[in-house]
Amino acid sequence: MNHDSWREVSAMATVYIPSLMRDLSGGQDKISVPGKTVAQVIEALDAVCPGVKARVADGNHLAPGVAVSVDGVIARLGLRAPVKAGSVLRFLPVIEGG
Amino acid sequence: MNAQANKPFTVVGERLPRYDGADKVTGKAIFGPDVALPGMLHGFILRSPHAHARILSIDTSRAEALPGVYAVVTAADLPPAESTDHRYAHDNTFAGDKVLYVGHAVAAVAARTPPIAEQAARLIEVEYEVLPAVTDVLEAMRDDAPILHDDMRTHSLAGRGDKPSNVASHFQQLKGDPARGFAEADVIIEREFHTATVHQGYIESHAALATWSDDGVLTVNTTTQGSFAFRDHLVWLLDLPMSKVRVIPTEVGGAFGGKNTSYLEVPAALLARKARRPVKITMPRPDVFLATGPSSGAFFRVKMGATRDGHITAAQAELCYAAGAYPGSPVGSGANVMFGPYVIPHGQVDGYDVVTNGPRVSSYRAPGGTPANFAAETVIDELAEKLGLDPIEFRLRNHAKEGDERIDGGTHGSIGGIEVLEAAQACDHYNAPLSGPNRGRGVAHAAWGNWGGRSSCTLSVNGDGTVSLVTSSVDLSGTRTTIAMQAAEALELPPERIRPSVGDTDNTGYADVSAGSRTTYATGIAAIQAAEDIIVQMEARAAALWDVPAERVTYARGVFASGTDQRFTFAELAEQVTGSGGSVSSIANVDVAEWGAGFSTHIADVEVDPETGKVTLLRYTVVQDVGQAVHPTMVEGQMQGGATQGIGWALYEGYAYNEQGQMLNANFLDYKIPTALDVPMIETVIVEVPYPKHPFGVRGVGEPPIVPPPAAIANAIYRAIDVRPTHLPMTPAHLLEKLGLIES
Repeated sequence: MNHDSWREVSAMATVYIPSLMRDLSGGQDKISVPGKTVAQVIEALDAVCPGVKARVADGNHLAPGVAVSVDGVIARLGLRAPVKAGSVLRFLPVIEGG
Repeated sequence: MNAQANKPFTVVGERLPRYDGADKVTGKAIFGPDVALPGMLHGFILRSPHAHARILSIDTSRAEALPGVYAVVTAADLPPAESTDHRYAHDNTFAGDKVLYVGHAVAAVAARTPPIAEQAARLIEVEYEVLPAVTDVLEAMRDDAPILHDDMRTHSLAGRGDKPSNVASHFQQLKGDPARGFAEADVIIEREFHTATVHQGYIESHAALATWSDDGVLTVNTTTQGSFAFRDHLVWLLDLPMSKVRVIPTEVGGAFGGKNTSYLEVPAALLARKARRPVKITMPRPDVFLATGPSSGAFFRVKMGATRDGHITAAQAELCYAAGAYPGSPVGSGANVMFGPYVIPHGQVDGYDVVTNGPRVSSYRAPGGTPANFAAETVIDELAEKLGLDPIEFRLRNHAKEGDERIDGGTHGSIGGIEVLEAAQACDHYNAPLSGPNRGRGVAHAAWGNWGGRSSCTLSVNGDGTVSLVTSSVDLSGTRTTIAMQAAEALELPPERIRPSVGDTDNTGYADVSAGSRTTYATGIAAIQAAEDIIVQMEARAAALWDVPAERVTYARGVFASGTDQRFTFAELAEQVTGSGGSVSSIANVDVAEWGAGFSTHIADVEVDPETGKVTLLRYTVVQDVGQAVHPTMVEGQMQGGATQGIGWALYEGYAYNEQGQMLNANFLDYKIPTALDVPMIETVIVEVPYPKHPFGVRGVGEPPIVPPPAAIANAIYRAIDVRPTHLPMTPAHLLEKLGLIES
């Protein structure tokens, strides 16, 4: 394994756990997990906190009414959105404008 | 601040004639209902007379047999739905097994004339089993409420509900420990508020004209806020390739979020395909109220605590928004508006999206923000009063700054809220005396997030030195002018050298809907980027003509130079390049992920007649941070227009339902919107705190001014007659009830 691939594998993102999901995280409000996409982060989070995926995702999409922000920016690509090492993810309600 | 923003502007900030002005004031502009084609048929939609009923059968045979009728369509003509969201969109186009609101589309007819189409629609026999209906959001949340969707379970991040419910979703924002925050408070206020469903009240109705070519291409001319959004909706519901759907936007006679959603385009397309003729449907005014998307009626419970020295320690809110027949209320953005301007050490916001037997709600200018601000800013005002503090001073003591954490977990970016409050504090209105009985002055302050999103802009240099500009952003409010002004500024050309127009889905790049106060901001960025690329290309052409390295060519104030005596004006070079080597053009596509929030403070003076409850607005001022005003006259127009709509929301507007869920005021006689006779000349104070991530410092302008009016007026009413309104609209009856003069 070269240095770059080692860094990729160990790249960790921080996920803020919404208050309504802290029953799954033992009360923790943030957890660091690896992943290069939102989907991978959710998979990794689900491995640590079983049940997370069922609440935030619906098949290949985010659950209805749920948005995700990566580093403060709403991820238009949803589960396919890229995540970098050190990224911060938050799950939010969908917002619209008029 | 970037380098561009430090340049003195030559075009941006000027009060120029609008490019679309002449056509609009002379009646030449083509709006949705104006479009016509030879051989065109007229469509009419049959709608449900019931708020909630099961459809037992539909018999269209008598309608089809009427002379002059070419086609009749129902839900059976739509491709099958493939997901829950798809089914909701499908069923909101034509009801499936149930109708869920009065006005729900059941069938459509295309005929030679509009009267024949309507007559035929009335011949369609629909057998209903009428069911109990629920239009009030709190009643819809009760366990014993009539259920609209048998398969709906409450979705939340806490898990999926285990029984049928009208509560489609629940979310929660939590920061710190609210219980601890309230324990630290010296003063706590807790209040409840109810707000009515309101409509955007655009004057131009919905209209769509659909035509199919012989090779299966669907073209739809329509009044819309987003031609690509409508194209995608047609593709989704009709299961067509994107390349076979073209949407051509017309001029738009008012939208305010209500034309983000497609209503007539799919029925018109189905009818046109069946009839093999162009079909146009224009929506009658009652249908606009009954069957398009108004904003949510809502309920709020708000609790806030503060210390004696005027610092908020905790805030808590519950927001329940009626979504209408299908999920999707703006409760999320309402939650963000709730305590948006302030530093809340400990806070909790719970939002509920609730289906009711009404039309599915749509966006309305700052969706969800106005009623939430009414609730929060009334409590803020009461806290300030209890603490003996000036209402603006109290807000200043608690105002957020860049980097402060919000309740939703995000952080504030560059914001101008404090500057807005300080400008309000210093303005003439706030310092003018107000005397006389039953008169009062109120203030309210609001944050609105705005938006960026996807935009596209194409610039093409013409041989005479003019530049054609085409964007895919529908122009709702003069944005082709503000976008062209930004292009002119970046090109360092006079604005009359730019000729802007709005394209369609076949000839422009993708753009999101013109919504969220994003168009001048985001499409402006695209125009600036395209302009910068044009300059680079023109410099390269000049270098080739002069046979010098491209880096030697400079451009300033409309003149290219090589450092010697070689010079071209923009027009001289344009003439040469288009005649040798082809024209110069550039397309810029952007997806703007960051944007600046808009803050506004409103000041209202009212007089209340204590015998009748009538409220007269005496004076009204809007103070707003706009970043950089590209066109100050249009900015002021947005501030005045937004405030006027908010005044309507405050005092006059609201859907009135009877117990059967029938709307009682589906017309502009009984549903009153404010006119020039109802509002004073609205004064404006433009505050400019440039947004650093826009090259010229621009922020969204259109939505923030609709947010504070109800709270500002409610707080003024309190100071006039010593009662605090808790319902919107604040009708005379509501105030007389508060005064104890009548019973509810």
